Amino acid sequence: MTAALEISRLGYRVPGGASLVEDLSFTVGIGETLVLLGRSGSGKTTTLKLINRLLEPSAGEVRVAGERAADLPVTRLRRRIGYVIQEIGLFPHFTVERNIGLVPTLEGWPPARIADRVREMLALVGLDAATFGGRYPHELSGGQRQRVGVARALAADPPLLLLDEPFGALDPITRVELQHEFQGLEKRLGKGMVFVTHDVREGLLLGTRIGLMQGGRLVFLGTAEEFRASGHPEAVAFRNAADPGPPARG
Amino acid sequence: MDLLRFYARNSGEVVGLVGQHVWLVAISTAIALVIGVPLGVLLTRRPALRTPVLGLANVFQTVPSLALFGFLIPLPFIGGIGATTAIVALVVYALLPIVRNTYEGIAGVDAAVREAARGMGMTDWQLLTQVELPLGLGVMLAGVRIATVVSVGTATIAAAIGAGGLGVYIFRGVASVDNTLILAGALPAALMAIAADGLLGLAERRLAWRR
Repeated sequence: MTAALEISRLGYRVPGGASLVEDLSFTVGIGETLVLLGRSGSGKTTTLKLINRLLEPSAGEVRVAGERAADLPVTRLRRRIGYVIQEIGLFPHFTVERNIGLVPTLEGWPPARIADRVREMLALVGLDAATFGGRYPHELSGGQRQRVGVARALAADPPLLLLDEPFGALDPITRVELQHEFQGLEKRLGKGMVFVTHDVREGLLLGTRIGLMQGGRLVFLGTAEEFRASGHPEAVAFRNAADPGPPARG
Repeated sequence: MDLLRFYARNSGEVVGLVGQHVWLVAISTAIALVIGVPLGVLLTRRPALRTPVLGLANVFQTVPSLALFGFLIPLPFIGGIGATTAIVALVVYALLPIVRNTYEGIAGVDAAVREAARGMGMTDWQLLTQVELPLGLGVMLAGVRIATVVSVGTATIAAAIGAGGLGVYIFRGVASVDNTLILAGALPAALMAIAADGLLGLAERRLAWRR
């Protein structure tokens, strides 16, 4: 079976400037979630944008479901990759239904099939279609909006999903709720996912594997258990940040 | 009451001048839209053009209208005495608010919305027509409103170069020191400006996406 995503020796250099991603290689299988963990500026978001070609790689190769990303027309590539960002980016002038149906509409699905798919997606993320389908994004809570964002990304049934700190802007309680719901979705959907976060707990909860990025490079790649046992200084720093231990007396 | 009697006696001419005035404003605003909206969109796609284009439009805007008419009269094709010159000048004045507000309206669209649109595989044309223009419409219409109201005022001066319109009464009234005649031109021109402002403001509120 072809992997959802294969990346080999991927690199990105700002034209005439610094190198933001260097020599990155990993594979994400169907049903697998690779969590990219790292500090701000470590190259996580840049990596996602290299995959869907919001940025064009300066080195290396990306394959999505076996096809070379560079060979596909960019709009076709992107419609085969679900994309969820922290700010969500729902269209404020579209109802929830139209937002979710966006990629199927771009792909020219017949309206009846789009309507069915939208209802299915709303049910998947736990929103009642009759209540929420006709609402506008500003009539939703932050958590509801992010659920719609996930439903929109899944609507055209892409083999690969890219998620850039999707729960980062939510309050702690909603965040935990969505993390647990998302855990259930991962198992059911059978997609390849790349999930970017700087929250170790979230990464360990949702990732089948953890990739740790530092200075544009992948400095660790392994399972959650391997991550817990890793002696790499950046892995140790992240574990300590998640579990600071007893406060110092003073 | 002199004014009412004047209108009663010259109803045919009044209607003609009002018609000319509306036509001057409508045709020049339409031309400015056809040029200005694509130009404003272009500025969002080619940021390097923004400063020179808006700068140039600004310069035109600061030239006093009577002086601009003066500059245009000696020019071939677009100049001379008559309505063409007036329309060219009115278009030049209407361009800045339309170009600037088209640019601002699109530039004001949330960056996350734009990123999501591109990330989900919209073409640039789909992004423009389905996202940026609908979301920027309110700001664009505000520009059209400013352009139209300014045009109604400037078109009164167009009478000075033989373009007709309500300015004909105003200039004739000033020349013959006849207040009734001045009012006969000034009052409908003022009402027209207020009506244009109100109608386009209404369109702005009805059509524009809010929030």
